[in-house]
Amino acid sequence: MKNQEPLDSSVKEMLAVAKTSNVSTVWDRYQSQLPQCGFGETGICCRNCLQGPCRINPFGDGPDVGICGAGADTIVARNLIRGIAGGAASHSGHAKHLAHVLKKVSKGEAPAYSVKETAKLTAVATRLGIPTENRTTLEVAGDVVQAALDEFSERETPNAWAVTTVTAGRVAMMKELKVAPYGIDSIIAEIMHRTTLGVDADPVNLLLGGIKGAIADFAGCHLGTDLADILFGIPTPTVSEANMGVIKEKAVNIALHGHNPVLSDMIVATAREPEIVAEAKAAGAEQGIQLMGICCTGSEVLMRHGVPTVATAVSQELPILTGAIDAMIVDYQCVYPSLANVAECFGTPLITTMDIAKIPGATHIEFDEEHASEKAREIIRLAITAFKRRRNKPVHIPSKTSKVVAGFSTEAIVAALAKLNADDPLQPLVDNIVNGNIQGVVLFAGCSNIKVGHDQNFVAIAKELIARNVLVLATGCGAGAFARNGLLDPQATLDYAGDGLKAVLTAIGEANGLNGPLPPILHMGSCVDNSRPVDIAVALANKLKVDIPQLPVVASAPEYKTEKALSIGTWSVSLGLPTHLGLVPPVIGSKLVTRVLTQDIKELTGGYFIVEPDPILAAEKIFNVLQERRQKLNISTRRW
Amino acid sequence: MQKEILIRYERCMGCHSCEVACSVAHSPSKTLVGAMLSDKPPLKQIYVEQIDNLKAPIACRHCEEAPCVELCTTHALHHTPDGLVTNSDRQDKCLGCWMCIMACPFGVIRQDGDKRRAVKCDRECLDESGIPACVKACPTKALVFSTVADFQAGKRREQVAVLEDCTSHSQD
Repeated sequence: MKNQEPLDSSVKEMLAVAKTSNVSTVWDRYQSQLPQCGFGETGICCRNCLQGPCRINPFGDGPDVGICGAGADTIVARNLIRGIAGGAASHSGHAKHLAHVLKKVSKGEAPAYSVKETAKLTAVATRLGIPTENRTTLEVAGDVVQAALDEFSERETPNAWAVTTVTAGRVAMMKELKVAPYGIDSIIAEIMHRTTLGVDADPVNLLLGGIKGAIADFAGCHLGTDLADILFGIPTPTVSEANMGVIKEKAVNIALHGHNPVLSDMIVATAREPEIVAEAKAAGAEQGIQLMGICCTGSEVLMRHGVPTVATAVSQELPILTGAIDAMIVDYQCVYPSLANVAECFGTPLITTMDIAKIPGATHIEFDEEHASEKAREIIRLAITAFKRRRNKPVHIPSKTSKVVAGFSTEAIVAALAKLNADDPLQPLVDNIVNGNIQGVVLFAGCSNIKVGHDQNFVAIAKELIARNVLVLATGCGAGAFARNGLLDPQATLDYAGDGLKAVLTAIGEANGLNGPLPPILHMGSCVDNSRPVDIAVALANKLKVDIPQLPVVASAPEYKTEKALSIGTWSVSLGLPTHLGLVPPVIGSKLVTRVLTQDIKELTGGYFIVEPDPILAAEKIFNVLQERRQKLNISTRRW
Repeated sequence: MQKEILIRYERCMGCHSCEVACSVAHSPSKTLVGAMLSDKPPLKQIYVEQIDNLKAPIACRHCEEAPCVELCTTHALHHTPDGLVTNSDRQDKCLGCWMCIMACPFGVIRQDGDKRRAVKCDRECLDESGIPACVKACPTKALVFSTVADFQAGKRREQVAVLEDCTSHSQD
């Protein structure tokens, strides 16, 4: 099938190398999994007790209830919300890790880390009602981190990071539906409890429990981003490159993969120290040390340090196939265990660093924050040693690179807009939405999924929308897809954007001294950073004195795959955003759950899921939803 | 030589994937999602049964001297030139007398919902390379589509492989 093909020519090139090298990649393993189980695909397989597994016949041509009596609606809802709990556990685990680092910083126990962004610390403290005046940074940090850690276990008040970061209207919705979370870990445990044998069988009640879990996930995401910014700095616009062409034959090439900046930020800082660069050069690497990012770690180090990004989750194995990677350093999430096999074939050290994320066949170097610099140096030296071994051996590096302008945190976007209107930075955005130069805003989030031709959905939908003057934001593997395919290059604004959008992006670019437009898609960070675009939506809603469900803003996850995407998608809908999915989620085994998620929920939260695998039809549906919302705001509309 | 759906019973995990694929292949859209959303759910023509620990898919054997064909008074059930037993092209002739259901030793002919009409494996489920949907869906390859001769030959070679294993072990 044509649309199963990857879009990116360097991905295709490396797949040919995989074939001739007889190395199995995710593409091969997907083929060998076909056909996939229809019961799993539709969500009607239950393994929650040992009387099962039970399956419901999807066509009413066999059992319609499991052994305990649970029907398709119950089973589908239970499976979905367990996925949401998995996603919330991942994001909040990431956030908790950052909180522990900040705690060590506040106690002076992690010398390599510091509070890099006191302004953000003050802003977060103020939002939480923590006094900041006449106090040292570390005192405030200590209080903020205590508030952060208090988010996890059961609380007497709703999660602060869920209710202080959104509109009053959203807080009222949470209260009305009784979906305000009271402790992130607590909600995750509650979901595990209510979905076990013989607890909650009411599909709608289960879904409301899932919404509560998803809002807890939002709190975890926002917390993660806040703490990362405090520790590592708020991203600002930065120019870099993307794709495997950045790999250099005569450099020590180090790929950073996973999610959390705790490890990767330290590797970047250490790899740029003159002594270690000298060591690399002394080992024969005349081009020094070349760092590169994969997946969301790639976004973290691109946003803050301009480190080029080479692959997203689906393409993570391919850089190793160049034969020129001297270490792949991973922390957690979306790291395929298959990397060990690919790395072994090419003599590349695969280095796991986290106690909870080990891979058979990898070298494990436990990373601890107390000795972060030493550990980073140890890992980089391992890469230098590997370089010496592979020196002068043949490599196959695709030549393609794309220019990338990234680093658009909420603060950076507001600062850029402030160059047009210092007193009221959001006013130019509002004016251009009202006058139609910007038809609406679409956030592309979510993963890459092997079931979709790699990058195809992201790029096809975004190009349709950009041409129709939709302002596009991106995070996570979506942003990675745009980076590798040239859509984070300001030139792409001139090539693909509609006239209205082009004028706006050019005006902002010129006002900021860029001598040209901003790129047509603004890279806002990793997948945990999806709270950044929400911050903008909340600010816009508050300024216009409306709520998020009124805004011409839509989210899209056209190639999603992880449990994290299930929770992000669900909180996006809960916050009032129509949310497009490019793959059919495993809920269609229940007509009731399908209807609730795509229709009924609109009455409760204002958001709902739009399921459309075809990228062009999806773009049209997204555009029409923006128009529907424009019409309700009494501003000009236009046809597709 | 005619290819048949043959079964390696020892490989069946009881996953029912063959049933789902059979239903989907007999739906108008021929996709899982389309079949799920359709008003008239498609009917499976293969059945996974289990007794104790033995699980097995059971489908029409397309017998040469087929009791169902012999007893069908209206000749709705008949042999095609390819040797398949079917009534799919003569459904209007079916009286719903259920003689075929009573006669079939395998129990693989069924009623079409609440209509008085018999439904059975019609092989109208082949993909572009001519493989039946149930065979294609089987994750353990318990279902195979091959000629009887090839199937036998495969079994003989498996036996030889066992012997070879034994011999090489005894030499160790």
